[in-house]
Amino acid sequence: MSLVLTEEQELIKQSAAEYLKENSPVTHLREMRDSEDSTGFSKKLWKEMAELGWAGIPFAEEVGGAGLGFAELGVLLEECGRTLAPYPFLSTVVLGGGAVALGGSEAQQQAILQGVCKGETFVALAFQETGRFSPWAIDAKAEKAEAGFRLSGEKIFVLDGHVADHLVVAARTSGSAGDREGITLFLVDPATEGCTVTRTIMVDSRNAARVELSGASVAADAVLGEVDRGADILDVIFDRAAAALSAEMVGLTSEVFERTVDYLKTREQFGVRIGSFQGLKHRAAAMFCEVELAQAVVLDALRALDEERPYASRTVSAAKARCSDAASLVTCEGLQMHGGIGMTDEEEIGLFLKRAKAAELTLGDAAYHRDRFARLTGF
Amino acid sequence: MAQPDASLETFRSELVDWLEAKCPASLRPGQKSTQEDRDAWQQAYTGKGYTVPTWDRAYGGGGLSKSEAQVLTEEVGRIATWVPAASFFGTSMLGPVLLEFGNEEQKKEHLSKIASCEIQWCQGYSEPGAGSDLASLQTRAVLEGDHYAINGSKIWTTGAQRADWMFCLTRTDPDSPKHDGISFILFDLHQPGVTISPIQLISGASEFCQVFFEDVRAEARNLVGPLNGGWTIAKRLLQHERAMLSGGAGGGRARGKKGPEPAPTSALAEIARSHTGEEDGRLADAAIRERVAQYELDALCFGLTLKRSGEQARGGQGPGPATSMFKMYASEMNKRRAEIIMAARGAAGLGWGAEGFAPVDVLETRGWLRSKGNSIEGGTTEVQLNVIAKRVLGLPD
Repeated sequence: MSLVLTEEQELIKQSAAEYLKENSPVTHLREMRDSEDSTGFSKKLWKEMAELGWAGIPFAEEVGGAGLGFAELGVLLEECGRTLAPYPFLSTVVLGGGAVALGGSEAQQQAILQGVCKGETFVALAFQETGRFSPWAIDAKAEKAEAGFRLSGEKIFVLDGHVADHLVVAARTSGSAGDREGITLFLVDPATEGCTVTRTIMVDSRNAARVELSGASVAADAVLGEVDRGADILDVIFDRAAAALSAEMVGLTSEVFERTVDYLKTREQFGVRIGSFQGLKHRAAAMFCEVELAQAVVLDALRALDEERPYASRTVSAAKARCSDAASLVTCEGLQMHGGIGMTDEEEIGLFLKRAKAAELTLGDAAYHRDRFARLTGF
Repeated sequence: MAQPDASLETFRSELVDWLEAKCPASLRPGQKSTQEDRDAWQQAYTGKGYTVPTWDRAYGGGGLSKSEAQVLTEEVGRIATWVPAASFFGTSMLGPVLLEFGNEEQKKEHLSKIASCEIQWCQGYSEPGAGSDLASLQTRAVLEGDHYAINGSKIWTTGAQRADWMFCLTRTDPDSPKHDGISFILFDLHQPGVTISPIQLISGASEFCQVFFEDVRAEARNLVGPLNGGWTIAKRLLQHERAMLSGGAGGGRARGKKGPEPAPTSALAEIARSHTGEEDGRLADAAIRERVAQYELDALCFGLTLKRSGEQARGGQGPGPATSMFKMYASEMNKRRAEIIMAARGAAGLGWGAEGFAPVDVLETRGWLRSKGNSIEGGTTEVQLNVIAKRVLGLPD
């Protein structure tokens, strides 16, 4: 399948670029950070984006979505990466909303996804317990109780969990930490007794939450999908989320690369523009190659998911590994080439560096995905 | 996917009949062919112009559209026969620039002989004093009546010992700035004054030559493009060369009939597995496994980048400056692959003589040595990075 954008994708790209430049440039993230905004993004803008159809891109039309694919969502996220727009596409649309769309009953889907598509409802996925991403290292317990289950355990790095109206919690109904089998997904109201959500502000000025569960009760119909089979759903949404996040990284990497090349063309030292130095030229040219490779593999990974190709996961891991490395290289080199000014809070390059690191460590870094890629290639 | 086009399917069925009629059964897999059959097949194949399927019929080509040429590749691939191959330097390097810069007489004469496999070409570019700084070349061409007299020497000339003609960069104006005094000239190597000496490489092979010229004659009508205007042609030809060295101008590999996607495998991992073993289905040596994974991952991304660039370029422009990235990346990958194989083989890779080592082991070692030249020939990696910095990124001089 083609690796250039379709007409529809070009349109999304253009309107996203224009909208975000106007409404959510990098200074918008900085304002949210400096004003210690309790949400970390503007709910008003999020509602506007939803009205443009963006929050509903991957959801079915029956629940209010646009019925498009991840290739379309990726195009949008690439633009978000360029302006560091801190909007909850990954948390609410891909992870939380994705779990509801895959595992929810008809009633659960209608009740929650209509609101997600309208930009009114936020859903967060609470699965991670370890610092490094390790998908099945889930120790939180779900014990059978009279009318349902009782949940106990502690979740960290629950993306945008501080504003979530619904939590999707992954907990063990059997087996032990490390087992793929025995994980069950539960839909939890954060106001439930025994559920405490604490906002954690991250280095990239975005928000996550720590969720403590101490015997929180949920009804039997709170189960998303099948008992013990939560990993089947998580596998799919982790792939989607890794590909979507890779698209965001391609955007931020391209932006930093272009800004750095511009800087090399204007900054003067020793009486010449520093871009004339071969020591910098070769490094800039090497970065160009990395950016090109990242763009190509991300587009293919997103399309592989949309077309449900049999080995799509392998391409997704290639994309996440490649983009994590490219984002790290380009933000670090970009900062270095900006010199002292790059170390200041005032210069925006540092904000990109921080977001790149957060994105790199979310859902598995390059080493994690290289290992997975190798396994999926048979070695 | 586009719907199969009716005229294309007609072409396919006619081609299938033609292949059935003309390609002798002895040239199919598992058969022993005779010289007579090979000659007859070569004549039929080149007669159709299929060595250069998209060139005009008037120049010995097949006159096919790109999609028809694709069908030809698929159908020839399907019967898995041997096909006559015209000179690489002729079809992929000289041919495209003659089509762009040659006059009608030159096209008629030279293109048809490339297509028919009659003439093998070689490339006279580098000189002992002009490597990365190619434009400083000193081989002189002086007009004497109806011909140029050539004096000087070329080096790293691939296959000169088997070639019939050379396309050669010569200095025709020593007083102009170096880029402005170069001309692109064609001449016959089978004449007095031409001396060809093979060069032995670190791998033990001698695929390159140094070629010396002493009052060698080139007909004036074989000057391609304007006098002293050869540098433009030289650069264009290098773009074609880089596109070829990186595995195609960006078309990606043609896939024949659609079937279920095969399970991904890695040939490099298989080599590593045979030397270092496995544990739980993984390569046992974690350090080697990490390197193989990075290599395969890069290979996948690079293949997709080529494919994407090919799709973007569809519309007919020739290869652009981005081909510098492809040549550089492909050669660096090839070197890396050879290093990984050496690491996996350990002492088994250190054999040179046949005694005590399997012939394939010695071949692999020679391949590793040969790969070192990949990032030097056809423009060094450093030159390619300069080209990207200047032409793609627009960084200042």
